Amino acid sequence: MPALGADMEAGTLVEWLKRPGERIARGDAVAVVETQKGAIEIESFQPGVLREIRVETGARVPVGEVLALIDGEAGAAAAAPVHATAEAPARAIAAAPPPRPGAAAEPEPEPVVLSGQRRVPISPLARRLAEERGIDVATLQPGADGTIGLAEVEAARAALAPAGAPAARAAGERGLDLAAMRRAIAAAMARSHREIPHYFVSSTLDLAPLLAWLERTNATRAPPGRLLYLVPLLKAVARAMASAPELNGHYEADVFTPSAAVHMGVAIAMRGGGLIAPAIHDVDRLDLDTLMAKLDDLVLRVRGGRLRSSELADPTVTVSNLGEHTADAILPVIYPPQVAIVGCGQIVPRPWVSDGGLVVRPTMTITVGGDHRVSDGRSAAKFLARVEALLKTPEAL
Amino acid sequence: MSARDAIEVARTALLAVAPDLAGERIAPDAPFRDQFDFDSMDFMHFVAGLAKATGIDIPERDYPRLQSLADCARYLHERGWR
Repeated sequence: MPALGADMEAGTLVEWLKRPGERIARGDAVAVVETQKGAIEIESFQPGVLREIRVETGARVPVGEVLALIDGEAGAAAAAPVHATAEAPARAIAAAPPPRPGAAAEPEPEPVVLSGQRRVPISPLARRLAEERGIDVATLQPGADGTIGLAEVEAARAALAPAGAPAARAAGERGLDLAAMRRAIAAAMARSHREIPHYFVSSTLDLAPLLAWLERTNATRAPPGRLLYLVPLLKAVARAMASAPELNGHYEADVFTPSAAVHMGVAIAMRGGGLIAPAIHDVDRLDLDTLMAKLDDLVLRVRGGRLRSSELADPTVTVSNLGEHTADAILPVIYPPQVAIVGCGQIVPRPWVSDGGLVVRPTMTITVGGDHRVSDGRSAAKFLARVEALLKTPEAL
Repeated sequence: MSARDAIEVARTALLAVAPDLAGERIAPDAPFRDQFDFDSMDFMHFVAGLAKATGIDIPERDYPRLQSLADCARYLHERGWR
């Protein structure tokens, strides 16, 4: 079970999309898992043949647990079953990403499945969850295997929860439990505030060149082919991000791993509440029409369809765009394990000095939230200067 | 054409974009964004649907005039839709 973001503890397996014996290509959707973020398609990170399904539909599965076994292309007998999680997770776990930082909240595999050789019989994830829930670790009872995992913390939490107060399940988008989603957002943001020494750097940019170019471009297009201003804006941010490695990547287990690719999480609000920031991959390399199509597809699937595991597991940086008729600026909070977030306010006409004279220009305040463990305000300031320069020549985006 | 027909064509375009609003009361005079979370992507699809349904070319600069059902009816009337 891959961690689809730092706030995920477990998921419920709702459907297998492949059967034992079936061939699987890299990126194929193998199963559908229900999480606080709705139904997510779990993609395979390796090609091969599905050998064995380990989890029945309907089961609630903690992050890190083996879902299925895939035999590698070479027919490798290496897909050793039961204890494989300890040494070779990538080969044995169908849906789990390879051991790269950024996929899971924890640096180590969930030790719940190991025999009791560890002195501390509680997984780091379970310990953190217990702390977050205000549960005294000393009161937790180990599971059948002698260790304390997420299941044990969940059980303790369920016992503590006031009776008769079930989470209100809001009807609507993707059958989401909005109360659960709110708790997940709160847990991720609490962790962010606790662990990340944030700094914030802002610039207000003149968007006249961008909007003039966009108006000219859209005037020649029928409504379905028009671009939103968000599209060239995301592209400019992504290109600037590609030359700001200290803002783009993942920080886990006291180590920062910059990402060469810019997988941009785009915060998308859902009607009725809730927020999710799935990734569009390689935004810095997409042409604007492709980016528009991907954004459109993503918004549609956030609201009505299914997201894919790779979209949730691997954003390297996030953009939060407030949109039209909203507010002027946002101080965004980093989504761990990322190390930066870019917040864009609404476009608003402001008095502006140009060539020594006063004019009115459409402007936007962009704020970077950065992580002092990795970078300083200077990095964000240079990044914002690059964004500004790129937006002066939108035709080159 | 009656104003009612114009409102109906706008309502149909709106529901095509946001099927989850089916059955909701949509106040004709209140801006879409005040009644429900209607973002720029929704709006773009709405305009595209409205243009297709009416055959009217709707330039981007007219978007501010299409913020509510009543807005849309007025606009379609002005543009000679029938």
